[in-house]
Amino acid sequence: MQLEHMIYMDHAATTPTDARVADAMEPWVREQYGNPSTLYTIGGYAARAIEEARATIAEFLGAQPDEIFFTSGGTESDNWALKGAADAHRKRGRHLITTTIEHHAVIDTMEFLEKRGYEVTRVPVDSRGIVDPDDVRKALRDDTILVSVMHANNEVGSIQPIAEISELVKDSDALFHTDAVQSVGKIPVDVNQLGVNLLSLSGHKIYGPKGVGALFIRKRTRITPLLHGGGQERRRRAGTQNVPGIIGLAKAIELAAESRESEAERERALVERMWTGLQERIPDMALNGPEDPSLRLPGMINFRVEGIEGEAMILCLDMNRVGVSSGSACTTGSLDPSHVLLAMGIPAELAHGSLRISLGRDNTETDVDYFVDVFAPVVKRLRDMSPVYDK
Amino acid sequence: MYTEKVMDHFRNPRNMGVIEDADGIGEVGNPTCGDMMRITIKVKEDRLDDVKFQTLGCGAAVATSSIVTEMAKGKTLDEAMDITNKSVAEELGGLPANKMHCSNLAADGLQEAIKDYRSKKGGGEG
Repeated sequence: MQLEHMIYMDHAATTPTDARVADAMEPWVREQYGNPSTLYTIGGYAARAIEEARATIAEFLGAQPDEIFFTSGGTESDNWALKGAADAHRKRGRHLITTTIEHHAVIDTMEFLEKRGYEVTRVPVDSRGIVDPDDVRKALRDDTILVSVMHANNEVGSIQPIAEISELVKDSDALFHTDAVQSVGKIPVDVNQLGVNLLSLSGHKIYGPKGVGALFIRKRTRITPLLHGGGQERRRRAGTQNVPGIIGLAKAIELAAESRESEAERERALVERMWTGLQERIPDMALNGPEDPSLRLPGMINFRVEGIEGEAMILCLDMNRVGVSSGSACTTGSLDPSHVLLAMGIPAELAHGSLRISLGRDNTETDVDYFVDVFAPVVKRLRDMSPVYDK
Repeated sequence: MYTEKVMDHFRNPRNMGVIEDADGIGEVGNPTCGDMMRITIKVKEDRLDDVKFQTLGCGAAVATSSIVTEMAKGKTLDEAMDITNKSVAEELGGLPANKMHCSNLAADGLQEAIKDYRSKKGGGEG
């Protein structure tokens, strides 16, 4: 089977911009250039549009509009939440808690804070990639000022028990942050159900534009600004707002709200179909992450293939016009395999041979069947080449 | 990120496989690091009559293994010992910086195979 177009199956990396998002943004790129902080008419247009966008996003998250702050994306939101909370509460304590499977925006920020005199406890995960809330409880101390646990993992899709953890954190004086970049638009994300003080989200993971995101900051949560300058975002995040990006983000959220449930169901079925197909065709393969699909992001599946290496699989799939990611170091430029897979106890050689598929709105059953058809011979070819696989 | 020549060797690897009853075997790398190569050689009158490779690893690992077999075939053992990881990378038109160390082991594998052959022959006369 030959397909004309590329089959994109890496939606956890980024998503194609929805045409309706691009349409909503266009006037704000082309004509409406007003600075929302100015007093004259065109500035007012932009200011109103931003406030409408804020209200849309707040409603989606079960928050108040004045609890939503626009940023340049997930990385800034994570940096702001962590550094801002650490700085604002440094006199009360210097202890932070996180997990071993966070995104690098959290991992690296935590390491930065460690160098600045903070102490970080990293709670482990089980073999499914899920944190035990009891481990967080045990890590809490009188001087703990912040707990940061991601909502859903970006490599294996494991969903963390955020609501349970927040119940435990509530009994302490610590703030609770979650990186919801992967979960927003895919599973329910309600700041009150989750019980968090701070929540990061990003536009380009949900068919919105790149370079825009938001941080939810619950009322009366003290965090120091990351960016200083103008008085934008109620003096908490300086810099003229990315108006087209914010409009696009709100449109993307609106579209996600409409289709989330049906799309989740559809993607779960596609993943199930793919995994069944792969298991029928390829021996010596295993799932990375929770077996129970309800504990995993709907469109995501991560698996390991014995005897071969991730980048080689990606290159071979690319030759067949399929775009996916691996848990292998080679793609990120470091020597170590995925920290997430290692944290789950997967041996390094198998972590190197792991692949992450993240399906999205544009994928169909035909795509999934095509993937299975091209992947089986790719595995065979690479195993034939491999000195460590001779079954 | 890879040159066309790297991709060509990745797509169409030369001399892939194992020489049964090889005169020398060289193994370098480690599956834990994600890269491992096995080079097998056949020697005739002090020349490399045949060279084959098996590789576990990324695009760079496969391409360096493939091209080293082409570079080595027909050479005398001394000439082949002069092939370095660096000259393999150059022959491919360069490799990304992060691949120069972890995945560029093919010349080492070839040298190991030649050393293996020489040690089997014994007496250091090879």
